[in-house]
Amino acid sequence: MRYILGLIGAVFSVVLLISFFSNVSTYLSSPPAATAEEEFHLHPKHLALKSDGPFGKWDVKQLQRGFQVYKEVCSACHSLSQVAFHDLEALEYNEAEIKAIANQWQTEVPSVNPETGEPATRKALPSDRFPSPYANETAARAANNNALPPDLSLITKARHGGAAYVYSILTGYRNQQGYKNEKGEVLLEKFPTAKTPQGLHFNPYFANLNLAMPQPLTSDGQVTYAPGNPKPTVDQMAKDVAAFLVWTAEPKLANRHATGTAVVIFLLFATLLGYLAYRNIWYGEKAAVRPTGALDPENQAKAARAKRKAGVKG
Amino acid sequence: MSFAWAKPYEPKAPFMRWLDERLPLPRLAYGAVGGGYPVPRNLNYWWNFGVLAGLFLTVQIVTGIVLAMWYFSSADGAFNSVEHIMRDVNAGWAIRYIHMNGASFFFVVTYIHIFRGLFYGSYKAPRELVWMLGLVIYLLMMATAFMGYVLPWGQMSYWGAQVITGFFSAFPLVGEPIRVWLLGGYAPDQAALTRFFSLHYLLPFVIAAVVILHIWALHIPGSGNPTGVDVKDEKDTLPFHPFYTAKDGWAAAAFLTLFALFVYFAPNYLGHPDNYIPANPLATPAHIVPEWYFWPFYAILRAFTVDFILPAKLWGVLAMFSSILILFFLPWLDKSPVRSGSYRPVFKRFFWLLVIDVLILGYCGGAPATPFYVAVSQLAAAYYFAHFLIILPIVSSLERPLPLPDSISSSKLHGEKKEAAPAGISPRRGATAIVE
Repeated sequence: MRYILGLIGAVFSVVLLISFFSNVSTYLSSPPAATAEEEFHLHPKHLALKSDGPFGKWDVKQLQRGFQVYKEVCSACHSLSQVAFHDLEALEYNEAEIKAIANQWQTEVPSVNPETGEPATRKALPSDRFPSPYANETAARAANNNALPPDLSLITKARHGGAAYVYSILTGYRNQQGYKNEKGEVLLEKFPTAKTPQGLHFNPYFANLNLAMPQPLTSDGQVTYAPGNPKPTVDQMAKDVAAFLVWTAEPKLANRHATGTAVVIFLLFATLLGYLAYRNIWYGEKAAVRPTGALDPENQAKAARAKRKAGVKG
Repeated sequence: MSFAWAKPYEPKAPFMRWLDERLPLPRLAYGAVGGGYPVPRNLNYWWNFGVLAGLFLTVQIVTGIVLAMWYFSSADGAFNSVEHIMRDVNAGWAIRYIHMNGASFFFVVTYIHIFRGLFYGSYKAPRELVWMLGLVIYLLMMATAFMGYVLPWGQMSYWGAQVITGFFSAFPLVGEPIRVWLLGGYAPDQAALTRFFSLHYLLPFVIAAVVILHIWALHIPGSGNPTGVDVKDEKDTLPFHPFYTAKDGWAAAAFLTLFALFVYFAPNYLGHPDNYIPANPLATPAHIVPEWYFWPFYAILRAFTVDFILPAKLWGVLAMFSSILILFFLPWLDKSPVRSGSYRPVFKRFFWLLVIDVLILGYCGGAPATPFYVAVSQLAAAYYFAHFLIILPIVSSLERPLPLPDSISSSKLHGEKKEAAPAGISPRRGATAIVE
């Protein structure tokens, strides 16, 4: 049976080596050409938020600003289907404010006319989720040049880089004409075919460099922040909305950090107690089995025997 | 079962005597994990991972039962029900993150447990069935984990189900009908989701049953030990309780601390962002990768790129299944009578080479299938098969092991590790003779 198994192993290994050499020879005879995405795609910029790190907490003021940016800019196209109006309590809006926000929301909620049974819409209630601005996917695509604006509830968990990615996309639109990467190579000189097609927008932070969404935050002061907040520059608005989308993706993040700290302290204490109990229980046995090494008489006798046997002098 | 000097169960309280005469459940526990199970006194910390695996199985079953109270196995509702658990259910986020990371940690401890068995020859006589039952548990774990990953019905869930059930279609003639039969349709959909949920709930209890067999088979010869030398007398053993319950207890607390760091501070580190996008049959993710614990096998699957007699895909699927099935033959592939790798200088080197090889395969399996990573995984996969099926049988018949200690207690009591080898032979550097 060992021979049969050995044969199977040899067959697999040989086929793998054949694959390897054919792979290498293909690679050498026709090396894959570099692509514009490989050479010009940028990783997200650094973004530091108060919710980062093991002790991160919400910056409620920033979340409120981010919500304002979502409400006045993003919500024109993007839904937030996992979040309800009453969840805004966590952003320290009171009941009356939430009622007003729901009541005045620019999109109404689908409903049924109570008299005729015909499809209708009504004003949103605090218990409603943020409604989608489009009736369905077809309507969304029809309004957006066949692109579908994704739901933003989980966007910071659903993209590599998270909040930093959102921030980078929002601030990453560039003029493609004459755009250079860090090596100083000009995109359209190196890859003339990479020119952004009609209806798309050049953004090196997007995986394939061309994004259907036009630049949403175009000028400083596009959203007016309440007094006592930072100046609403494009950069500040992008940061604020990224922070808000961290909250929508995981509203329990601050609880998680706080609980985690308590759990880890508890477990470290339990580990310490467990270790001391272990040392205590094993104390007698450890003392009995502590190796005495080369000076142990039994070991010395054994070493001498072994040396005699091996014919080594000394 | 067990040794002659194992302490018999002697109930003292009248109720326990009453119970013992009618249903001797405490007697069973006492003999299995209590003072009545003598264990070699020299176990090192690698021996803690079996108990840790049992702990994580329990964690998964308990959190899973709670999640199932809220989870909704419908193609329209599964994704939203998971988000409902994360947002609105009391401590739902904690239970869900514990379950999600618990799966990963279950595999971490199981992999360490398996590699401990590989190094110390735990698969050798008389423990062949312990090893094989362990492999059955591992296969069941893989099936359970795969089906569990499908349940949130995110993009990776959907496309993972698509790819993994697609393995079956590699087989000629019967392959495609089997795939359709498994999925209950031509692509993953409601039928597949519901049956995966049903099986995902069932299999952990099957695992628990096989775990009982695994422990039962272990208790016949008793636990192995780092020297690989058989237990000879009472001096060689200590009762499981309190000695190993204390050791396992503090090791479990330490490991749970590490687990908590992931659950509370990096819960999505081991996952993939695409699974927070609802499943969409019309949009294929840029690259589909399984969870990290399948990466070595995924690398083996993708390593076959040439249609040599058989189609490349069939080679890949056959090799991937074989890579686990060959482990069932390990007790007969490794003929060396010496169990412990500590006394096998040549084996020891190849063992560490295998560990590195599997890590490389894992890395390549998680990386995009570029020509470089595919080429590396081709070499690494060839080594994997060569290791078990060619190198191990040859090494085990040619190698000259180092002298073994007389007994467990003499090795412990007199520091045999240093003195086991004859003069001039340093066991640490293998069989290199140094003439003084």
